[in-house]
Amino acid sequence: MKPRKFWPWLVFTLGAAYFLVPLIATFEFSLKMRRGYYSFDSYGSVFSDPAFQATFAYSALIGVFAIVVGIVVVVPAVYFVRLRLPHLRPLMEFITLLPLIIPAIVLVYGYIRLYNSSSIVPFTGSALGTDILLICGYVTLAMPYMYRAVDTGMRAIDVKTLTEAAQIMGADTLRIITSIILPNILVAVLSGAFLTFAIVIGEFTIASLLNRPAFGPYLQNIGANRAYEPSALAIISFIITWGAMGMIQLLARFAPRSAPVTD
Amino acid sequence: MTETVAPPRPTRRFTFEWLGVAPFVIFAVMFLILPTLYLVGAAFVGRDGQFTLENIAGLFTDQILAAYWISIRISGASALLGAIAGLAIALAIIRGRLPDGLRSTVMTFSGVASNFAGVPLAFAFISTLGRLGLVTIILKTVFDFDIYRAGFNVLSFWGLTLTYLYFQIPLMILMIAPAIDGLKKEWSEASQTLGASALQFWLYVGFPILWPSFLGTLSLLFANAFGAIATAYALTGSSLNIVPILLYAQIRGDALQNPGLGAALALGMIAITALANIIYLVISARAERWMR
Repeated sequence: MKPRKFWPWLVFTLGAAYFLVPLIATFEFSLKMRRGYYSFDSYGSVFSDPAFQATFAYSALIGVFAIVVGIVVVVPAVYFVRLRLPHLRPLMEFITLLPLIIPAIVLVYGYIRLYNSSSIVPFTGSALGTDILLICGYVTLAMPYMYRAVDTGMRAIDVKTLTEAAQIMGADTLRIITSIILPNILVAVLSGAFLTFAIVIGEFTIASLLNRPAFGPYLQNIGANRAYEPSALAIISFIITWGAMGMIQLLARFAPRSAPVTD
Repeated sequence: MTETVAPPRPTRRFTFEWLGVAPFVIFAVMFLILPTLYLVGAAFVGRDGQFTLENIAGLFTDQILAAYWISIRISGASALLGAIAGLAIALAIIRGRLPDGLRSTVMTFSGVASNFAGVPLAFAFISTLGRLGLVTIILKTVFDFDIYRAGFNVLSFWGLTLTYLYFQIPLMILMIAPAIDGLKKEWSEASQTLGASALQFWLYVGFPILWPSFLGTLSLLFANAFGAIATAYALTGSSLNIVPILLYAQIRGDALQNPGLGAALALGMIAITALANIIYLVISARAERWMR
């Protein structure tokens, strides 16, 4: 069996080298701020930068709003399509695929042209309006992932039986969604939420073109003006992405595996 | 889900259903469909507000064609190399009889790396292969090989392609893994019983079955790289003339001095990514035959 294992190991090792070397190099570079020996000075410099704190807090807040709006938009739609309007499913699948086809830069260009300050819906006319537009842009970017997460979650539970049981108990539709369906697909929704957060937190294109003080444009600005801080920021971003993905992996263990038909 | 029972109060249910789907529909129309259609329309409107094909014709100038060409080459190269490398790694961890824990580690890492794009990725590659990058310096001091004197530059075509591979390869691994799982054990056993070598199995059974999934994911990777801008912009500033950066400059400061031409540029991007995705959808529909 030994010779047969040679190629898999070789491929794996080369792949691991390609993916680990940039991380090691970036980490090493981030420690070199002080001449002569390694230090965490660049990290200190990043964390104490008020612009870092402000832009990170801004992007995190926008991310939370994008998650909430994403849930409100996607969950009821998936619920009703599964329960009563199954013929709309292909259309919904197609619409949620569109953000993968239309590049973000094209989308934001459309927003700027369509919702400028002299249009009927002048989103870009005020800071608050632009923030709302940014949130909606992020909801759109994350929609393919949020939709798939919610759809998978709803496939694993028996939506029909749960709904009928709740209706017999006298619950109205809003109550069924918020206190029956949502808790049952919480794990799936949270996966979508963490993925949304991972996409939003360092996003550059939309935030930059809408001129909002977000983390992505801040990163770009630091990259153009500083030497060691960018590598520290790259490591921090990688850890954040790892954290969000790790949460999804962790949550997947709690997800219901199959439909609990009789329980 | 087709066995919907006839509702006792159809009118009331009807409104409820549509009320639930309404936010999604309104949202999709406002933030996805209308902005895109608006741009598509604007590509055919001249400065005077009349219908014109001038903007589309304006795309066929040297600068813009060059931008499309280099974008297509970078996306194509990073998609092809990413797909091959991703397939090789996925095959190694799934079919290579490597230790069990390796697979889940690679899959988790792929989930992270495929999302680790944008500006931080550019920083990482500057720290690695930039003029003061760790690999550049090690190659120079230990092996006495100056990659920059040899013509390499992280801000160039190959530099950008190499950087894009960092999210392309993991995406390929994630997308192709289900197809490789779909290769049933019985098939390799059957071919072994019939006296086929491992090479023959892959040549006549394995790869022909994986081929549609491979091609489909390839087109998805292409579209993925074609629309990306943040990494390229952070890496090269505006020195590399690719379409998304050209469009960025146009949105920022009307670099082409013609909004109609900007819309045509966006239309061209949609057309190319849409074509790549249509190829993906058609091929993946065919590939699903083998997934049952």
